[in-house]
Amino acid sequence: MAYDKFEILKSTAVPLPVENVDTDQIIPARFLKATKREGFGDNLFRDWRYNADNTPKTQFVLNNPIYKGKILVGGRNFGSGSSREHAVWAVYDYGFRAVVSSFFADIFRANCLNIGVLPVQVSAEFLVKIFKAIETNPKTELAINLSNQTITILSSGAQESFDINDYKKQNMLNGYDDIDYLTSMKSEIQEFAKSRPF
Amino acid sequence: MSNTLFDKVWDSHVIRKIKNGPEVLFIDRHLIHEVTSPVAFLGLKSRNNSVLFPERTFATADHNTPTINQHLPVKDALSVNQLKALEDNSAQWGIIHWGLGHQKNGIVHVVGPENGITLPGATIVCGDSHTSTHGAFGAIAFGIGTSEVEMVLSSQCIMQPKPKKMRITINGKLGEGVTPKDVALYIISQLSASGATGYFIEYAGDIFRDMSMEGRMTVCNLSIEMGARGGIIAPDEKTFNYVKGRLYAPKGEAWIKAMTYWNTLFTDADAVFDKEISFNGFDIEPMITYGTNPGMGTGITNHIPKAETLKGGVDSYKKSLSYMGFAEGDAMIGKKVDYVFIGSCTNGRIEDFRAFASIVKGRKKAANITAWLVPGSHVVEAEIKSEGLLKIFNEAGFELRQPGCSACLAMNDDKVPAGKLAVSTSNRNFEGRQGPGSRTLLASPLVAAATAVTGFVTDPRTLKAL
Ligand code: SF4
Repeated sequence: MAYDKFEILKSTAVPLPVENVDTDQIIPARFLKATKREGFGDNLFRDWRYNADNTPKTQFVLNNPIYKGKILVGGRNFGSGSSREHAVWAVYDYGFRAVVSSFFADIFRANCLNIGVLPVQVSAEFLVKIFKAIETNPKTELAINLSNQTITILSSGAQESFDINDYKKQNMLNGYDDIDYLTSMKSEIQEFAKSRPF
Repeated sequence: MSNTLFDKVWDSHVIRKIKNGPEVLFIDRHLIHEVTSPVAFLGLKSRNNSVLFPERTFATADHNTPTINQHLPVKDALSVNQLKALEDNSAQWGIIHWGLGHQKNGIVHVVGPENGITLPGATIVCGDSHTSTHGAFGAIAFGIGTSEVEMVLSSQCIMQPKPKKMRITINGKLGEGVTPKDVALYIISQLSASGATGYFIEYAGDIFRDMSMEGRMTVCNLSIEMGARGGIIAPDEKTFNYVKGRLYAPKGEAWIKAMTYWNTLFTDADAVFDKEISFNGFDIEPMITYGTNPGMGTGITNHIPKAETLKGGVDSYKKSLSYMGFAEGDAMIGKKVDYVFIGSCTNGRIEDFRAFASIVKGRKKAANITAWLVPGSHVVEAEIKSEGLLKIFNEAGFELRQPGCSACLAMNDDKVPAGKLAVSTSNRNFEGRQGPGSRTLLASPLVAAATAVTGFVTDPRTLKAL
């Protein structure tokens, strides 16, 4: 088993209404030097979160104690740029278990699913609703139900369903991952390799 | 049945299709480097797995290596750890490893093609998003995360849904001073930084057919910057000539067998794409970016677009310009620049240095410019010397550094200081990409050269060869 099982996540959320948040912002390259997976949360959004002298930038959302929770809500095209999985490790290590956006970059989405952070893609309209609800009341809770594939704004009951392929869904529900699957088909792979021309 | 080039290569690598799920794709060749592989090897160990086909993985150190004094011990302790991890893991599993100082060392996407690791019709992955570079050879190549690096090590497969297919056709001819980099930046500016998300792109038409292999690599390299999984160009005589005789390319009988396969690698006349886009080569100018994603680019003679002309995202647009210290309507030409970087897997090959030399020859580096000239590999470095380019650079006041990723991602000491403006031939202009607080304008080697000798953003077409 590779990671925590994901069933229902009910939590307040942290809003980051910025478009094209790239993985260089999520975790700047100079923090990629670790040879372990843990500890990246401290540097999540490092340059948006801290000044050059390491004092916190008070206007950044992660430094605002009003906003907390296990769900990060980002603007369109979230996670673009570098393939660094460190970006998702940082998101996870900080304590997020799901990221909500109206559009995700491909590799970021795949990386999320591979380590057990749920990417929830909602419509542009629903994303606006979420941002508004949190703006009105930072204590607004969201409920993400993976089995039913729904996300609900609990204060208003507004709900939308989201897509996830069945295989990945089962993996997340059970805490399995692709490596478990692939190692179980080793002999088939070895057989296939013999047919390759190079 | 009629198929696209992409279908032909993809389908021939599928071992299993999972209902309502991804496909299990066999990976022919896997490239690794020091930054995204250590945790994958840790995972491998913790699950008691082993490397299934060590001969299909190749390791090179590039991301955090210094670009001067490579013969001395690396100073940064954390970088040392990663370099050592790569070396030890490679040794433990019998993986070919080109560490710092090795004559085959260089940027992963430069040494792959140089050594015949990159082949037409192959599937190639690496824990670096610009793996798309190798698509220039008619391979399916894309970047993966560290969990997937572990998958490939332990099973030589990854699990991915098949992407949709897009064809971008550009016919016509490129004008004077317009390079493959400009073609790519032009496409991204038209499609936006997310315009090709979910797609794999085939590049077709005169423009790509006429391009050198180096130029095709530059274009495919930048596919990821519009969100695409990768880009591919049908292999032709030029491709086969480039590959032939290289270290890991098939030889003798195997070559003949491979050629039979490679000659089938083209998109059938009636094959269908999910999306078709075409542009006219004559419309493309030398390009430059003005914002904080590669989609924010324009012809160098243009002014920065006004926010009111956008379809949306006005707040993010303004945030981006304010980071850059630019205003809507500003001209790009004439902006004072502090740093010029030529290098990276986008523009760190010999042709790029030839282009740079064509402009700086007989001129002098501007006094306000700090320039970093970083070859993509030792092979490129040797070519620069043997072709006499180094002499041209030195006479113009430029020095050549040693190979590595360098200021492309600024993990080593090559960091542009906060607030400084750089013209860079690399691939990303994200906030702080080239150092905390640094500001980046992406452009071609010609624009970089013209800027390096004048000290401000300059249209290379206004500087005649001396
Ligand atoms: S040069 Fe830049 S994009 Fe290319 S491999 Fe190195 S870090 Fe990645």
